Amino acid sequence: MAFPRFAILFLFLLFFLSQSIGKEEEFSEELLLKPLPDRKVLAHFHFQSRVPPTETHGPHHRLFPKAIYQLVHKFHIREMELSFTQGRWNYERWGGNDPISSNNAKPPGVELWAVFDVPQDQVDASWKNLTHTLSGLFCASINFLESSTTYSAPDWGFRQFAGNLRYGTLPREAVCTENLTPWLKLLPCRDKAGLSVLMDRPSIYRGYYHSQRLHLTSTEFDSTGLNMGIVLEQTLTVVLQPNNPGNSMTYSSDSTLPQSWSLSSLFGRKVGGKCVLAKSSNIFVQLEGDLVSELNSRKKENERDDTDNLDFEGSWSNFGFELSVSPDSVINEINSVHKGGPSVMYKFLVENYSDSKPFDLGLMWKIPVAWSCPQAPLQDNRFLMGSGNERGAIAISLKPIKQSEGFQTPDINNRDKCSFHVNVFQVVPWYVKVYYHTLQIFVDGKPQSVPDVVTKMRVSPSEDKVSPGVMELALKLPCGIMSAALTLDFDKGFLHIDEYPPDANQGFDIPSAVVSFPDFRASVNFLEDASSNKSPLLVKMQERSPVLSYTEVLLVPLTTPDFSMPYNVITITCTVFALYFGSLLNVLRRRMGEEERLLKSKAAKKNEQFPVLLSKLYAKLRGRPWEPPQSSTSTSSSSSSSSLLSSKLLIKVVLVAAVAAGWQYYSR
Amino acid sequence: MEERESETSNKKKNKPWAFWSWAFASVIFRLILAYFPRNLNFSARPEVSTPLTSFRRLAEGYWLKQSSMSPYAGSMYHGSPLLLSILGPLTVRRYLWTSVNCSDVKIVCRYFMDGNEGLPNQLICSLVFVIADFVTAMLIRSTGLNLQMAYNQSLKSLGLVRLLENSELILSGDIAALVYLWNPFTIISCVGLSTSPIENLVIMLSLYGACTRRVPLAAFGWVLATHLSLYPAILIVPVILLLGYGPDAPPRKLLLQKFRESCSCDCSSQDKEQTSLHKELANQSVQPMLFSWKPVVFFTLWACMWAFYVLVLCAISVKQYGGLREMFKRTYGFILTVEDLAPNIGVLWYFFAEVFDFFRNFFLIVFHVNILFMLLPLAIRLNHRPCFLAFVYIAIASMLKSYPSVGDLALYMGLLGLDQLLRISIQLYADMQLSFFLFCGYVGVSLLSPVMHNLWIWRGTGNANFYFATAMAYACLQVCIIFSFISFMKTLTIILVVESVGAMLNHDRKLRKLSATAA
Repeated sequence: MAFPRFAILFLFLLFFLSQSIGKEEEFSEELLLKPLPDRKVLAHFHFQSRVPPTETHGPHHRLFPKAIYQLVHKFHIREMELSFTQGRWNYERWGGNDPISSNNAKPPGVELWAVFDVPQDQVDASWKNLTHTLSGLFCASINFLESSTTYSAPDWGFRQFAGNLRYGTLPREAVCTENLTPWLKLLPCRDKAGLSVLMDRPSIYRGYYHSQRLHLTSTEFDSTGLNMGIVLEQTLTVVLQPNNPGNSMTYSSDSTLPQSWSLSSLFGRKVGGKCVLAKSSNIFVQLEGDLVSELNSRKKENERDDTDNLDFEGSWSNFGFELSVSPDSVINEINSVHKGGPSVMYKFLVENYSDSKPFDLGLMWKIPVAWSCPQAPLQDNRFLMGSGNERGAIAISLKPIKQSEGFQTPDINNRDKCSFHVNVFQVVPWYVKVYYHTLQIFVDGKPQSVPDVVTKMRVSPSEDKVSPGVMELALKLPCGIMSAALTLDFDKGFLHIDEYPPDANQGFDIPSAVVSFPDFRASVNFLEDASSNKSPLLVKMQERSPVLSYTEVLLVPLTTPDFSMPYNVITITCTVFALYFGSLLNVLRRRMGEEERLLKSKAAKKNEQFPVLLSKLYAKLRGRPWEPPQSSTSTSSSSSSSSLLSSKLLIKVVLVAAVAAGWQYYSR
Repeated sequence: MEERESETSNKKKNKPWAFWSWAFASVIFRLILAYFPRNLNFSARPEVSTPLTSFRRLAEGYWLKQSSMSPYAGSMYHGSPLLLSILGPLTVRRYLWTSVNCSDVKIVCRYFMDGNEGLPNQLICSLVFVIADFVTAMLIRSTGLNLQMAYNQSLKSLGLVRLLENSELILSGDIAALVYLWNPFTIISCVGLSTSPIENLVIMLSLYGACTRRVPLAAFGWVLATHLSLYPAILIVPVILLLGYGPDAPPRKLLLQKFRESCSCDCSSQDKEQTSLHKELANQSVQPMLFSWKPVVFFTLWACMWAFYVLVLCAISVKQYGGLREMFKRTYGFILTVEDLAPNIGVLWYFFAEVFDFFRNFFLIVFHVNILFMLLPLAIRLNHRPCFLAFVYIAIASMLKSYPSVGDLALYMGLLGLDQLLRISIQLYADMQLSFFLFCGYVGVSLLSPVMHNLWIWRGTGNANFYFATAMAYACLQVCIIFSFISFMKTLTIILVVESVGAMLNHDRKLRKLSATAA
């Protein structure tokens, strides 16, 4: 794998960078804005704080949040990522192959993973403490991840870490401002100054997708001596629908004008200068490669000499669109692997603006244009099959988004031999009892034998009330496939009434599966002039992270018992057992007496007062004329005795039936 | 009379042929049913496949073992590792789908929800279970033969020839075997690929071994049955009684009484010949009731040996997966602490789904002690009829066990047919007033229970209480059947006493007459 080597190289780079820059704490804030093909706008806030190593600089900090520093030191965290997400990233429209989507598209709810720098046997304990700490820090129920039924230890399916990685998700966690506020508290300027001023709560939470993320990388405990301190990266990714009252009516058609927007229309606020504590404060507008080439081709068609030029009053106009503020620099992508062509970044420096002269960037489209975002090689969907509450099947389907085109592969020349790898990582809670032997793989609709397609497989089956089921699959698929699908059968479990959540009939969530494509790397290299102070966001985008996508969260309805009647069930069941015990004891005990009685009546006919009385009594009870027992024939006596017994039994059965009927009536 | 005799002889001639034809017909019926697993889909019924007997779980366990994991990882498989290595290879799937169409986003998969196993393996599997069923029936039949011989002997020793004459109408074991083979519950659990036919087979093996006094066989069956599903461990009592007293010992009291009567007879009659005859008779009848310790000691030794053997085999097969301790935890521990709360025909699943966690251990103990509690009283009461005792034990266990299935029901129904005395008396006196009620109850429950299950699980219109109510009714029925049969047994003993007294009096009268005429 090239990734670790590259990561080490990158770390070296960062190391030298930090050496050259100086060993100060630094904080930088950046915002990336990107028009999306479906008339929406992506806003990606990126805040990065870095603290130099404790060994050389001591434990006191000016900018770096103390809480995070203590967290790292207490639990010996090597890397950690926590994300709060609402909504689902639309891979088809918003792209799946760029660094933004593979790093910041997260499953709904809370996702937490952490790599610890502790011995194997202490990892779980560290994880449990960490979940509680984060829960307190972010006002979220992350402490539910403490239970061993919710987190798992992926081996290689999720990230390329061995051993000390723990991964857990809470798909149903509601994310709101109470999670954002503590997150903002970690920033040196909070939301009082700088780019975070834009985070107007109503406009952020009105968006289609909202994901706040906290990523920690620490080399404090690295044994190799490559100690560069802690890097805290906080990102907030929102997909917003700009609401310009002017041109909002035309929605569906391809040739419609893309939505024009400005910062004030998106967020309802303007940027009043940078956070003074930030080393750099930049805003980028990124145009997709596909969009750029589309615009270029349109320009060629029209042949109008409408070059990029500075308009009057400071705005900046292109053939296709107009920016209300002229960018400080234009950065082009180099070494583009996407077929659309190189994408373009417009960089704005916020430090040139102040409260008196606020920064309000607007993008106005001039011509209708349609484009698409770079797509992941396969789009993944996951769904449930089957009906009823007894069993079902999970299916993951992988399909190229545009069936006709296929997709770019590392070696497209030898098409018949060519193949690529797909890793699937799936965690299933224990009450969904997956039969892993029923794994079936279909390629182009034809069932394949599992060893042909699966190169590597690691299954740790779920254990009831102890651990979730984890499946890591490495698939090797041929290049030109039209579709691939995995299915797994499962039985639905039945829980104790205490284990159901308050809204039991809503169903239970199966967390998203992670589908990654290790052969593909999402990285965008931008050629920047001054390499000395490279923007952390662009550096981040250059990192060769694997293309990663999350599937949908599945909602599995489970059968519920009747929550209202534990007492009834206990009493009625105990009644039946008492009936069993009593009648058995009775029949065992009474046999002796009757037999003796019978023998007595046989032996001495004079002493038969008691049985006669008894039978008289029964006769009265049964409302029949009493017949004197004919003791000479055995049959009648035995029959009468047994019928007595059976009548008693019948009474008991009727009683129980009446109780049951009453219970049913009552339970209605 | 002559005509009747010829008729009976005809019947006798016809019977074996008829038996075999019926038996084979049942086997063929099973095979036909097994050929259409997708249409019937019994293997997914909660009545058939419990967490212990489910074949699908066995397949999962085998898969886990093949991929070098513990078969017990993942709370799926809870059976014996030996069963896994015997039946496991048959579960490997072959790819034989015909109509799978995954062209669209929605995968149109007809294979789903039906038996996913490839056809040939599935047939071999059902063949194994059909053979197990057939062998069980054969064992029941030969046990029945054995019992009848012993019974006739004991009746003769009691001098109850009248009963004997009537009993000639019924052929031993055949009916019991046919009842077992044609019981719809047996057929369902056989076709539904649950492992209960194999459990039934080893239980029956043990009883057969005990009846025919093949001590190693009895010990083998008992050890294996205990190993496969914990509950047959209680069958050690009837097995020891069978070995100690012989297959059919008349009640001790009866013999004592008879002995007394004969003694009194002795005193009254002056004829020496007759006295000696009586004494002989008395000796004969007293003899079999002596408890012979020798086979019991042998049984213990053999059982220890077999247990050791089985444990060694298990230890070898689970050596790298946590050893025997893990195995016991995952099999017996799973049985005793009712962990899986999936609905079945018992009542414990709902009880433990609803009961407060604080009381869980208490009730676990109560329910399991309930089984053990009744062992001794029943053994004391019914020690003269070990086969009936075995029936009662199995019925009690099937009511109180944590994961009951209809396979247990099938077994105790078969054993019920086995008891000679019971059948004869049913025929003679037709005294089972409750039998109709019980029959209707069983039919009703077995019809209602799938309906309620469907309403609750599949349609979502019903409620858990609906299904639980049928489980409750089923438990009540089992209580009824245990109760009524034991009480019926009691009346039978009275009948026997009365009969024996009557026969004795007749005998005495005849003797007196003889002596009078001689005089």
